[in-house]
Amino acid sequence: MFTPIELADGIYSVGCRDWDIRDFHGYYIPEGTTYNAFLVTGEQNILIDTVKSNFKDELLANISRIMDPKNIDAVISNHTEMDHSGSLSAIMHKIGEDKPLYCSKMGAQNLKNHFNREYNFQVVGSGDTLTLGNRTFSFLETRMLHWPDSMFTYMPDEKILFSSDAFGQHYAGDKFFDDQIGDYIMPHARKYYANILLHFSPRVQTLLADVAKMNLDIRMICPDHGIIWRKDPSRIITAYDRWSRQEPVNKALVIFDSMWESTTKMARTVTSGIESEQVGVRLMNTRKWHRSDIMTEILDAGAVAVGSPTLNNGIFPVIADVLTYIKGLRPQNKLAAAFGSYGWSGEAVKILNKEFEEMKWETVDPGVKVLYVPDEDDLKRCFDLGATLAKKLKEKLNA
Amino acid sequence: MDKYECPCGYVYDPAEGDIENGIDPGTAWEDLPESWVCPLCGAEQEYFEKMD
Ligand SMILES: Cc1cc2nc3c(=O)[nH]c(=O)nc-3n(C[C@H](O)[C@H](O)[C@H](O)COP(=O)(O)O)c2cc1C
Ligand SMILES: [Fe+2]
Ligand SMILES: [Fe+2]
Repeated sequence: MFTPIELADGIYSVGCRDWDIRDFHGYYIPEGTTYNAFLVTGEQNILIDTVKSNFKDELLANISRIMDPKNIDAVISNHTEMDHSGSLSAIMHKIGEDKPLYCSKMGAQNLKNHFNREYNFQVVGSGDTLTLGNRTFSFLETRMLHWPDSMFTYMPDEKILFSSDAFGQHYAGDKFFDDQIGDYIMPHARKYYANILLHFSPRVQTLLADVAKMNLDIRMICPDHGIIWRKDPSRIITAYDRWSRQEPVNKALVIFDSMWESTTKMARTVTSGIESEQVGVRLMNTRKWHRSDIMTEILDAGAVAVGSPTLNNGIFPVIADVLTYIKGLRPQNKLAAAFGSYGWSGEAVKILNKEFEEMKWETVDPGVKVLYVPDEDDLKRCFDLGATLAKKLKEKLNA
Repeated sequence: MDKYECPCGYVYDPAEGDIENGIDPGTAWEDLPESWVCPLCGAEQEYFEKMD
């Protein structure tokens, strides 16, 4: 439990740090995370978002250090996912079940479908302004960023944006602000974008354009996870602009799995071939790398080679896991090539090429299949495959 | 012409179409190509509901 932090006059961060969590719906978070919630005090007291249900007592304790939670007049729910709504029923129970609960139209529907009951839902939408006592809030729906209910709450007088999951990072530590943590936070923010928002990149572009048009003066961004951007909020906005454009860089990945190390040998040689063309490369064994870390690397990689042995007429299950995950996040602008060792039927390369096609990745070569253990000629083909992939990437980047 | 709503909240309005995805304004729900999915969340047409 940490002492509530005053972010601005009478506005506090009252959320909780989840030190222990490592698996966040299948996304590996080595430093845990925070569930940020915010208390705005004044003539009326408003709570923005809550925390995961197992932290509800901690949330109430944090609020109690500032005021009696019963004196909360209203709740704003920016997002219905349970890491932020999980303590809502406990909060409503404490403050009075009939107090207003402000949320988007889809928020009201989704909260009903989570709690299977009604609350005093007050639906707000983009452009709406709400004045509660001496505090003013305005709202911007951010549908499908990343859920149908997602929205931003902005306080025009204080110039603070409460951005829900957007601009967040899974990090629980001794730091609370961008100016305290510096560059260290950026890989966490990048991983968050790659794993949670990447497939909505076109919408992120639209949102950033809309926000720019609105000419919002944003002094502070308070996301629902991780550190608060108070020194330089434009830094994370610029990063989102870059990530959502999905512009490829001079970097390749070789992602593979193997049973008897033949595909491993091929993967190492493909890697050498890529490097021979001065393209940076990362060799990623899917049984050593978590899918969410592979995803982070995919974000800006310009080329991806995938290798799998054939197992029971299919690709290796761990490769299928990783590809299913990658596919859902729809990374674009990738060049691709497949390889793999096989024993008799050898379907893996064909299946991988089909996966590339479905993901709209550009396959630069039919791929390399090797019967059992690769000999020198086979390895030469692997080397050439890597070199071809790298050359094509350089051509594309220079075009 | 009838509007249809996706479970994610997106509304298909025939008057507007879905220009970004090649659907001209004035295209009725019934005339959408089978491949058209919700431009917001990717849901297929069968999950949409007619609005009153
Ligand atoms: C990262 C993420 C992505 C999701 N994507 C979809 C989706 O594409 N379509 C959908 O219908 N629901 C999606 N959902 C919603 C979940 O299916 C929903 O929350 C469900 O109730 C979770 O079931 P569970 O409690 O068994 O995990 C997504 C949820 C998360 C956390
Ligand atoms: Fe979320
Ligand atoms: Fe979240």
